[in-house]
Order: sequence, then C-alpha cells, then structure tokens
Amino acid sequence: MAEIKNILLVGVGGQGTILASKILSTALVDAGYDVKMSEVHGMAQRGGSVTTQIRYGEKVFSPIIGKGEADVMVCFEKMEALRWLEYVKPDAKIVINDFEIPSAPILVGAEEYPQGIIEELSAKTEVSVFKAADIAKELGNPKAMNIVLLGALVKAMGIEDMDWDKFIAENVKKGFEELNIKAFRAGMAAI
Amino acid sequence: MTGNEAAARGAYEAGIIFASAYPGTPSTEILENLGGMYKKDIYSEWAPNEKVAVEAAIGAAIAGGRALACMKHVGVNVAADPLMTFGYTGTTAGFVIVSADDPGMHSSQNEQDNRFYAKFAKIPMLEPSNSQEAKDYMKIAYELSEKWSTPVFFRMTTRVCHSKSIVELGERTEAIPFKYEKQITRYVATPANAKGMRVRVEERLKTMEEFSNTTDLNKPEYNGTKVGVISAGVAYQYAREVFGEEASYLKLGFTHPMPMDVIRDFASKVDKLYVVEELEPYMEDQIRAAGIECIGKAVIPNMGELDTDRVRKAVFGEENPTLKSEQKAAGRPPTLCAGCPHRGFFYSLSRRKDVMVTGDIGCYTLGSAEPLFAIDTTICMGASISTGHGASKVFEKIQPGKKVVSVIGDSTFFHSGVTSLMDVVYNRGTSVAVILDNRITGMTGHQQNPGSGYTLMGEPAPAVDIPALCMALGIKKENIHIVNPNDLQENEAALDKALGSDETSVIITKWPCVLKKITEEDRKAFDLSKKQCKVDPEACINCKMCIKTGCPALQAKDGKVVIDSGSCVGCGVCQQVCPMGAIQKVGE
Repeated sequence: MAEIKNILLVGVGGQGTILASKILSTALVDAGYDVKMSEVHGMAQRGGSVTTQIRYGEKVFSPIIGKGEADVMVCFEKMEALRWLEYVKPDAKIVINDFEIPSAPILVGAEEYPQGIIEELSAKTEVSVFKAADIAKELGNPKAMNIVLLGALVKAMGIEDMDWDKFIAENVKKGFEELNIKAFRAGMAAI
Repeated sequence: MTGNEAAARGAYEAGIIFASAYPGTPSTEILENLGGMYKKDIYSEWAPNEKVAVEAAIGAAIAGGRALACMKHVGVNVAADPLMTFGYTGTTAGFVIVSADDPGMHSSQNEQDNRFYAKFAKIPMLEPSNSQEAKDYMKIAYELSEKWSTPVFFRMTTRVCHSKSIVELGERTEAIPFKYEKQITRYVATPANAKGMRVRVEERLKTMEEFSNTTDLNKPEYNGTKVGVISAGVAYQYAREVFGEEASYLKLGFTHPMPMDVIRDFASKVDKLYVVEELEPYMEDQIRAAGIECIGKAVIPNMGELDTDRVRKAVFGEENPTLKSEQKAAGRPPTLCAGCPHRGFFYSLSRRKDVMVTGDIGCYTLGSAEPLFAIDTTICMGASISTGHGASKVFEKIQPGKKVVSVIGDSTFFHSGVTSLMDVVYNRGTSVAVILDNRITGMTGHQQNPGSGYTLMGEPAPAVDIPALCMALGIKKENIHIVNPNDLQENEAALDKALGSDETSVIITKWPCVLKKITEEDRKAFDLSKKQCKVDPEACINCKMCIKTGCPALQAKDGKVVIDSGSCVGCGVCQQVCPMGAIQKVGE
C-alpha cells in the first residue's frame, strides 16, 4: 500500500484546530492527494480535550488515526501532548505550543499541571517548541495562534511549496486575510 | 465534505422538498446544510422533537413530496412510534430517516446500535462508509423508498458524519411530485386495515431480500482466498486498511435485509471468515443463524468505537510501537464556559443540602461535575421533570422533608418536558421544575427552537411564552419565579419560595448563552454591555470561594486568585461569593 501520512492536531475546545485542519486539507486535496479528516463536535468542545486528524496519501481508507500511527503531532496546548502521546510513532515529529491552559481539575486543585513535558519528550524524539500565543499577540490578534501553529506544522511536514497564501485567504474570515498570512509565515519561521 | 454535508447534498440531488429534524450530535449539520445552502429548493425546519420531525416528514411524503427526517441514535427512540407504523402503511413519495449513531459516546448518554431498528421495523437499511457514499446512497435510498413504497433507514455513525473526504457532486433532479389521492385502506392504520398491511410488510421483505442479493451495494472484492472479511459502514474502512491487499472483502452497503446468498457464496470461497462491525453483532448473529461459521465478537470488542489499531490488535494480536511517558496528563473534562448563565443557578443549587436534583440532556449536564456536583440523575431528553415527580412522590412516603428540583433547558423543555410538567401539575406534585432558558439550543451549536423567535431558515417566528405556557398547564402565577441566574440572591429567594410551597412551582432562569450570537431582541431584553471581573490582590486572602463556582476563567496563582481577561465576560458570580469584596466589575 502506498504510504499514508498521519497528522494529529491536539488541543482544547475553542482553540481553532478545526480551521487549521481545514486549510491544510484543502491544500492537500489541491495537491492531488486522497485526504481524510476527522473532527470532534458536541459536548467535548466545551473546554474539553479535542483532536483533529488528517490522513493523506494515494488512497486513504480509515478517517481516523490509531495508536502509534501519527507521523506529526501538533499540540496547541502543552499538556495535551501527554494525553495523545500513544497515538504517535516512536520517531514522530512533535510541535509543541508552549502554552498552558489549566483544566478544571487543576483549577480546583484536585490535580497538578504536569512538569517537564518538553524536556521529557525532547529526549525521546524530535520536538520543536515555541510560543505561538506570544507570536500571535505580537501580530496584534491572539486568536491567530492556530494559523501560527499551522505554519509550524507545514514547516515540520516539509510541504512549504504550496500556494498557502491562497488557501489561507480562502478559509479565514474576510478582512483577516493579511493578518493570518503573516501569522502563518511567522509560524514557519519559528521552528 | 463531511458525511453530514454529503448526506444533505445527496438529499438535495435526490430532489427532496421537505426536511425536518431535532438537533443532536452527530446528526445536526445535515439539516443546518439543507436549511442554509439549499433553502431555495428545500423547505427545512427544526421540529421540537424527533417524533414530531418524523411525523411531519411522513405527512410530507404521503402528500406527495420527497421528505427527510434526521436525528441522533437516541432520537430514534423518541420517533420509534410513528416509524413502526409507517413501516406498515408505507409511503407515497420517497421517505428517508437518518439515524446518526455515536459509537464511543463522544457526545451521547449511550451507544445503542440502531441497526436493530431497521430489522425491528422491517424496513430497508443503507450504511454509507464515507462521504461519497453518504451522498450517493441517499439518492439510492429515495429510489428504493418509492420502488417499494417504504420508509428507508439511513444509518450513519460519528466517524462517517464528522470525517471529511473527497466527494464528486451531481446535479439536482427534481422529483416529480405525486398527485395526492385519498387512500383510506392504505393510510388509516385501524386494526382491520393494519392486518392487510402486515401481510404486505412480509411480502415486501422478500422482495427486498432478493434485491439485497443482487445489488452492487453488496459486492464482493476477491483477492486472496485465505481470509475473507465482511464489513459495513466505517468499520469497513478500518478493516480494509488492517487486512490489506491480501484478503477478500464483502462490503455491505445495504444491510437490511442481509444478502444471505451472497454471504454464503463468499464464505465458501475463503478459508477463514471475519465479520468486522462496530458495537453489537448485528451481522454476525444473522450470519451464524444461517449456519455460516465466522469470527466476529469473539475477538472484536462490542463496546466503544473501533479504529485500525483496535482491529489490528483484536485480530492479529499486534500493537504498534509508540511513544510513552512516565507522566500522565491531568484530566480535561468539558466544563461550563466562563460566563455560562447555568453556573450561577447551579452554584445556588449546590448550596442546598437535602435536595435531590434531577437533570436533563444539554450543557447543564456539566453541572454534575466537580466542583458543583449539582445534579443527581440524567437519563434522557425530557426526563428531568417526570423523574423528579416520581422521586418526590416517593419521598413524601418514605423520607418526608426531602425535596426535589428538576432542571431542564429551554429547547429540552419544548422537546418533551411540557408533558412531564403537565403530569406534575395534574397529579398535584410539589417537585420544583427549573427551566434554564438561555434563549437557544446550546450544546449542539446554537440551533433555533420554538422559543428563540426565529426558524431554521432564518425567518422571524412567534416565540413560545414560557410563563404563559406554564400557567396554561395549571401553575399559579405566584408559583412562577423568573430570575436572572447570574444574580445569586434572586436564585436563593426563588428557591426558598419554590421549595417552601406545597403547590407545583416553576423557576425560569433567563439569560442568553454566553456563546450565542446576540440578536436585537436580546440586546433589548438584557444588559449585555462588555464587562470584566478583576481581583484586587491586596484584598484577596486566597480562600478560593470563587474557585468553587467552577469558572474556568479563575485560577489560584502564587497565593492569589487571578481572572483570565480573555475568557471573563463579567457575569459577576465570583464577585458575589467573595467574602472579602476583593472582586470588582470593571467596564461598567
């Protein structure tokens, strides 16, 4: 079977993983790949842990990624890297947004935010860490964090040579095209 | 396209002119698409519940227009009554019911396998395995429905509904509307008429079985002869990847009635036969009953959803190598949003000891979680008020003094809470019904409902007057308390009055969902000016009373509480519980 690439985007409901995945999928379809993408709706979106998955290759059957199958994992929130770790290959590339969103059990003091995640994972595989939130803030809109992360993902996948400006402009809110293209480039430059 | 977008497209291409649904994950977007993109050609509406949606679509189909009804798996339970008899009468124009099942319970209270409904109702079932099939099968479903004059059961699952894959589109073909004729023996299911219908149902079943054995929807793909795999729906996609190019496949798209001749022939050509299906052994049981040996649930789990990894492990005992960590991520359950109007009321409710709280289906189910723990039961949509009534009657006998409060959302109240409240009033119950009116259907992503003042297609509509409705049911005006749930004093006062009354009481909490797109009407009715809460670090003694509201915008950091300005909307609940007056609203 022709090789299939698996990309896992993990984060917290409301962080914009779905939009980033949509842009990525559009570009991959345009490049002639068979692409499948899966997302989670409903209850989990209310501040819960969410994942969006993209699989592409010559022919893709399953729309979701099983354990030990992801080639690249992009973590929109740091702790989510741990939760989804068993879904990645031992030599996967991991992109981590150094950004913490404490979950409800942490906020009420029932659990602790785990420490040393980046150090631990860096010792095991190729990990790129950067502060996407700060970059988006500097560009003037913290909400563009997802597009900054998309830029980093595209760099990590080695698929920079597509018409990303076009795909971004087509998929983001009108009036925010330029900001998002800037965010995307900043993300590419960050890792 | 997602499977839902594709199913909507298929219905559009099939020339339907009527669609009705009640929102429910993972089915919601089918109607959202029809009511948005295709509203020029198709009349679409949100019904107050699934039974109403199916009945309205039945009327549309009998009148002569192709019709669609969509719902999540548990919605079919609500709609089962009309569906079962409609299976007897049959239809004039094409009728399809979509059942979107949720293996793995991503957003549901159970993971029932609705394929049994097709068998139960003796109607044909189609199961798409990706978006292209969701579109194509929908068109086929309408042809079959009219060919056999039967409702068609269209079974999807979360991963078919919410995964995107490439779809080739077709054109809309306008179905020629049937001319309505009165046919009493056909459509009036009196016992006398139904006896005739019953015979025709069995005859139809035989015709359908012949079709099942000859259609391309159930076509074998022969590769090697060692292993054969029978599968359907998204499980086929997992199996196809795990068993690879060596195995032979019998992928079933038409799964009721099952193509037993095709299966017998396929089984005879392979050494080992696997049946890979999600949830119950629906296919396996029928295959075994036909005397065909196969491997199915002996290895494949019957709980939760499958994926390639689970199938591989079940069949071959192999697991992919993966990365592991010594540490575990802290839990991240979904929570009520910062500024959610349910929080204030649940906070007040959580202070009441010796009160049983019966809950319902919606965002407010999250009020059962830490730190509020404000809900005792959640069964199904509409159950809160009736469950509470039964509990209250028993407490009167065995535990006098124990009070019951039932909480239900606005959309859920319209869904099936009204009849429950009628039960309480009529039977002189004293349980307190709380209608959490956040002006929209929240959890599924903000669909209009009979109380919101707008329809699915964006037209202004009369809004249900909830207090007037309660009065019409027989509740006295003085026993109806309308509160702003963000105001804890108002909540307390209303709870005191309602719990102290020996008559049926209702509390209506009225404040729009924090994620709602605000309308002109909302702006007139509520003060929604931008505000934020801030903690004075000098005054904060880190008692964490505010954190006990469970608001995700609050965090204790270095001995003080800080409020995240990105998510705080200034609802002021934390401000009211702070014993030191350390929290202030700014931006007023």
